[in-house]
Amino acid sequence: MYVATKGGEAAIDNTHALIAEERRGDPAVPELGVDQVRQQLGRAVDRVMTEGALYDPALAALAIKQAQGDLVEAIFLLRAFRTTLPRFGAAEPIDTGAMTIRRRISATFKDLPGGQVLGPTYDYTHRLLDFALAATGGAAAEAPEAAPTDASMPRVTDLLGAEGLLQPELPNPDQGEPFDLGREPMSFPANRDQRLQNLFRGDEGFLLALGYATQRGYGRNHPFAGEIRMGLVEVEFTPEELGFPIAIGEIEVTECQMINQFQGAKGLKPMFTRGYGLAFGQSERKTMGMALVDRALRAGELGEDRDHPPQDEEFVLSHSDNVEASGFVSHLKLPHYVDFQSELVMLRGMRADAERIHARQEAAE
Amino acid sequence: MGVLARAPADRLTALMAALGGKPATDWLRRPEIGAVMTRGRAGGTGDAFTLGEMTVTRCALRLKDHVGIVGHAYVQGRDVAKAEAAALADAMLQCEAYAGSVRAAVVEPLRAEEAARRLRARRKAGATKVDFFTMVRAEG
Repeated sequence: MYVATKGGEAAIDNTHALIAEERRGDPAVPELGVDQVRQQLGRAVDRVMTEGALYDPALAALAIKQAQGDLVEAIFLLRAFRTTLPRFGAAEPIDTGAMTIRRRISATFKDLPGGQVLGPTYDYTHRLLDFALAATGGAAAEAPEAAPTDASMPRVTDLLGAEGLLQPELPNPDQGEPFDLGREPMSFPANRDQRLQNLFRGDEGFLLALGYATQRGYGRNHPFAGEIRMGLVEVEFTPEELGFPIAIGEIEVTECQMINQFQGAKGLKPMFTRGYGLAFGQSERKTMGMALVDRALRAGELGEDRDHPPQDEEFVLSHSDNVEASGFVSHLKLPHYVDFQSELVMLRGMRADAERIHARQEAAE
Repeated sequence: MGVLARAPADRLTALMAALGGKPATDWLRRPEIGAVMTRGRAGGTGDAFTLGEMTVTRCALRLKDHVGIVGHAYVQGRDVAKAEAAALADAMLQCEAYAGSVRAAVVEPLRAEEAARRLRARRKAGATKVDFFTMVRAEG
């Protein structure tokens, strides 16, 4: 237990001044603009928006600047800010099938309608430090253009689904309002909508590690990257006063459809099953980890054994949120003086008892 | 509405500012910054699930000299001037006296710019499309 203490106000004011000074750094070096963060550190902005659960690149960039690049701290800042916004309502679900595609690859089909489009990816870079970037002032050359990609492309999962070899994903007409962790506490057993929301905002590192664990045998489910696509999707919203949906903007998202082997059980024919990953921006690693963990968490409904942590929804969903996790770990820094004093007294007592017993035994011998 | 909502804020406000003879307006709802919750579907096509919110600015205005015409705006982001320009354009588009000029001077240029932006992105993506050659299958 921690206790409230008084004092330290001057020290706290001064630490604020100190972080402000350190954030700015050497005044001889130009100050970092929020627009620079947004434009040139886009992958950090994407991660902060996803795990901060708020799509606003300018605010995410500000949070990153304020947190000096500490992304978990920036995510915390964005989460705190979003609670100050009035909510106008909920949008229609985005249609990723109608995405304006910038990247789309499949590891399961070489030839597919629309083709394999690499888009901007680090996959084929050599991971050698580029010292040319250490010099500033140059503009990058325009990327080449060629015949345009199709305006939209069918999902790989729809192609396989047509043969009945892949478990279909159909909306349940009785679903009602999807679960929202912003308004309801976590509850178990969790439905897939609750799990997917939790994973969407879950820590990328945590999901990557758990997904990796499934590949290494802790809940193996034989995944293939059926399709990864990234691009812009439109957001439609129905304002109460209008009563019909209107387009209010567009957001960039990444989607990963993982296709997994399945032997067939519980009256289901053998067919491929699916894990799903989705994130704001260009967040491919996150969506792959999410899709692996989503599939692992479906073990129960598919009649598979649940022997490993990635298949245990209480374990995964309770520990995926880095704002909660860092909050609980950080609370160890709060004053625990009284707790610790009582433990100290107890420990001294135990040691004194042990010494007395030891002395008595020695005297007896 | 979609074209107005997706347009870059500076373009929409500049085109609306350049438009002459705009009608007088009254606020029905002053610009307000808030959030709309976005949703996805499991597997892209299944049950809906909650993603995260997006910032949205809304406002509504009425044309003083045209009874019953209300312009609404719900636009992504926190740009109040953009929401105001979108609501005014929405109102003017419903009014015969202004619809033609707004369409010609604002909506059509924005639509063309958006189409050009998208085509350019698709051309750049198209340059990264993979052409496969026949290869010998690796063992294992």
